[in-house]
Amino acid sequence: MPSTTDHRGRPVIAVTGVGVVTSLGQGVEDNWTALTSGRSGIHPITRFPTEHLNTTISGTVDFLASSDKGASALTYELAEIAALEAVAGAGYDVGDFAGPLFLASPPVELDWHERLALYDSADLDLPVYERLLASAREQLRQEIFEASQFGAIADRLADRFGTRGLPITLSTACASGATAIQLGIEAIQRGESERALAIGADGSATAEALIRFSLLSALSTQNERPEKASKPFSKDRDGFVLAEGSAALVLESLESALSRGAPVLGIMRGCGEKADDFHRTRSKPDGSPAIAAVHAALADAGMSADEIDYVNAHGTSTPENDKMEHLSLSTVFGERMKRIPISSNKSMIGHTLSAAGAIEAVFSLLTMARGVIPPTINYDHPDPAIELDVVPNVKREAEVGTVISNSFGFGGQNTCLVMAREPV
Amino acid sequence: MSARDVVITGIGLVSSLGEGAERHWHVLSTPGAKPVLDAERFQPYTIHPLPEIDWGLQIAKRGDQRQMETWQRLGTYAAGVALDDADAKDEALLATMDMVVAAGGGERDSAVDQAILDAAASRNDRDLLLNEKLTTELRPTLFLAQLSNLLAGNISIVHKVTGSSRTFMGEEGAGVSAIETAAARIRSGQSTHMLVGGAFQTEHPDMLLGYELDGFLHRKRWKSVWQRAANDGGGVITGSGAAFLVLESREHAEARGRNAYAAISSVASGRARRSEGNLVEAISGVVRALGAPDQRLMAVSGASGAHAATGAERNALQSAGEFALRGFSTLTGHLKEAQFPFAIALAALAIHNGAPYPAFDAENESPLEGAPEAVLATSIGYHRFEGAALVVKA
Repeated sequence: MPSTTDHRGRPVIAVTGVGVVTSLGQGVEDNWTALTSGRSGIHPITRFPTEHLNTTISGTVDFLASSDKGASALTYELAEIAALEAVAGAGYDVGDFAGPLFLASPPVELDWHERLALYDSADLDLPVYERLLASAREQLRQEIFEASQFGAIADRLADRFGTRGLPITLSTACASGATAIQLGIEAIQRGESERALAIGADGSATAEALIRFSLLSALSTQNERPEKASKPFSKDRDGFVLAEGSAALVLESLESALSRGAPVLGIMRGCGEKADDFHRTRSKPDGSPAIAAVHAALADAGMSADEIDYVNAHGTSTPENDKMEHLSLSTVFGERMKRIPISSNKSMIGHTLSAAGAIEAVFSLLTMARGVIPPTINYDHPDPAIELDVVPNVKREAEVGTVISNSFGFGGQNTCLVMAREPV
Repeated sequence: MSARDVVITGIGLVSSLGEGAERHWHVLSTPGAKPVLDAERFQPYTIHPLPEIDWGLQIAKRGDQRQMETWQRLGTYAAGVALDDADAKDEALLATMDMVVAAGGGERDSAVDQAILDAAASRNDRDLLLNEKLTTELRPTLFLAQLSNLLAGNISIVHKVTGSSRTFMGEEGAGVSAIETAAARIRSGQSTHMLVGGAFQTEHPDMLLGYELDGFLHRKRWKSVWQRAANDGGGVITGSGAAFLVLESREHAEARGRNAYAAISSVASGRARRSEGNLVEAISGVVRALGAPDQRLMAVSGASGAHAATGAERNALQSAGEFALRGFSTLTGHLKEAQFPFAIALAALAIHNGAPYPAFDAENESPLEGAPEAVLATSIGYHRFEGAALVVKA
């Protein structure tokens, strides 16, 4: 019998259900097949016109009913689909989960189509600031109102899944998905619940979102061959590819999972975080916050760096991130970093922003459970300054017992998760 | 008493009434306090505007100030006031301090938006128009200057709070969860000292629109939060403001010789299914879960003025025991994400100063005498989510 408490006497946290949607498809199996085939989900944008845009490619999820219904509707649908798969897979009633909900989702503002629709009915004789407000109060629009409320998506999900209590919606930028998992783990460790539902969902790839990232020079402009644009750790990488997706994880105390004979897909061994005070978008040049986050996660897991078999990279394909990630990992793992396999799922699915940490946690669990490491594709021109075994271009069969998954975000966000295949 | 009791050692407040814990106590403890109002700028809506702030006092670099829209600047400022108040601006302390921020965002560039809206009137190719205008007219730095998690990001940059950084979203509920999570982390030993709070800057048409899309705003002349009639609009009068708290375990605060204003003895939250008409019972349940002492208490109420929620809160607190209500939004306006942290801060100040607040609306709030041992703080969302806490002597 494995121990149901960890090195600090806390409940061991198992993952008993997972669900995922990305541009590669819907559901764990479709995604895993595509991911291990080295297939890219990046494609030319068709959701909105791309004239005047420097970037015309993305990893949007275009195959759902809400794909053309705006960021709020799509984010909800993405979250719902992933959570249905995870909750059902864990063997819980999808309408009566009865544990807390932690949702990582993008801060979504009123959609332009909604803004324009409001303005179409505005009284142009009013002062400018008043036009939208007057048109709002004259004809109340429940649906648009809900789309403007940051708590609305989690509230709907709480209804849908019968989660318990006030659901938490969070944003730690591109680390959000990992933070949602961390919050769930901590709630179980505090004994507040035996299980928690952690979701990362992002359906916010609108024209304005793309333009905003573009203005920060964060996006790849290698539009000619979309599937080749995301090339983490390559010499000719030039930015990330904006993408959408979602993942959900049922987190559960190992004791609860074992007692009800639930499938144990993996163990969340530890998490760590550290904020960076250097700059709004750039990391401290010495990588110390990312290093501290990894160290904190290892300490939380009660493990040493030697015990890690594989790194699921943040690997965004921006010049800055990949360099910094290499620097920080090399500092933590030393010479051994050249031999530890590390791959970036983003080479295939792009950067799913608020969902990334959750999606990549699910892929990390699958990597261990199935003994296959998904590749880093588009690795044709290695960056000589980044000496890593990136599992180039083709999947690799390997015994993987432990993984760390990094998530870094604007605003100095650094979060690291440590996962294991088996309980100790 | 326990080493892991959650004590409040620093308070940073900004509202139309001024800045700082002392100033707020002074104004609010003086009978007959008058609101600071602006009924002109956003007619027909009245707002409680920001006071004059010397941003440089907490955000030394002009460059940093420029990287933030007003909401972020306001939160960063109030966070600095709280850290100063807790005497916590110490490198080692800040490097291990955990942070939870309740954030909104979306402080868009109104001029750019307006230009697009105006141009759209004569264009059929609106998606193209968006690309044209947004690519050329958006300031590149605006995205970050109004992005939700960048309030926390700026607090890290300006004040060096770098233990951890988490941002919760979702109107008042974000503030409730921020306090509840921070307190739970300290109580369980997951953290020893935390910065928690939120800010709201209402002086932006989009911030009003967020309420008015469902008709929540009061549209006639100012009245107390309990007196806004249904035919005068939706009942909410908003304000600009911020509240940040430094929370520590008792042991941590004592070890560095800090006295506490008060302790947070319990926090409870809920998600009532309001469409089923059970909000009164739900609020009663949340308050019951706090384990309040069986005596008449002051309730520092974050009631928004929204008719259904405010009415339900009033009913629930009347039936759940005898509470002397103090609806502070009467004087500050509704501060959205900052509402619950603000309520907790005011409750702590009453405990600390050994006196209840006089009624903010004598017709609707009953008197109370004597030094409070325990004070209820509430934030019942104008549209969703409920929270309450019991603040007691440290």
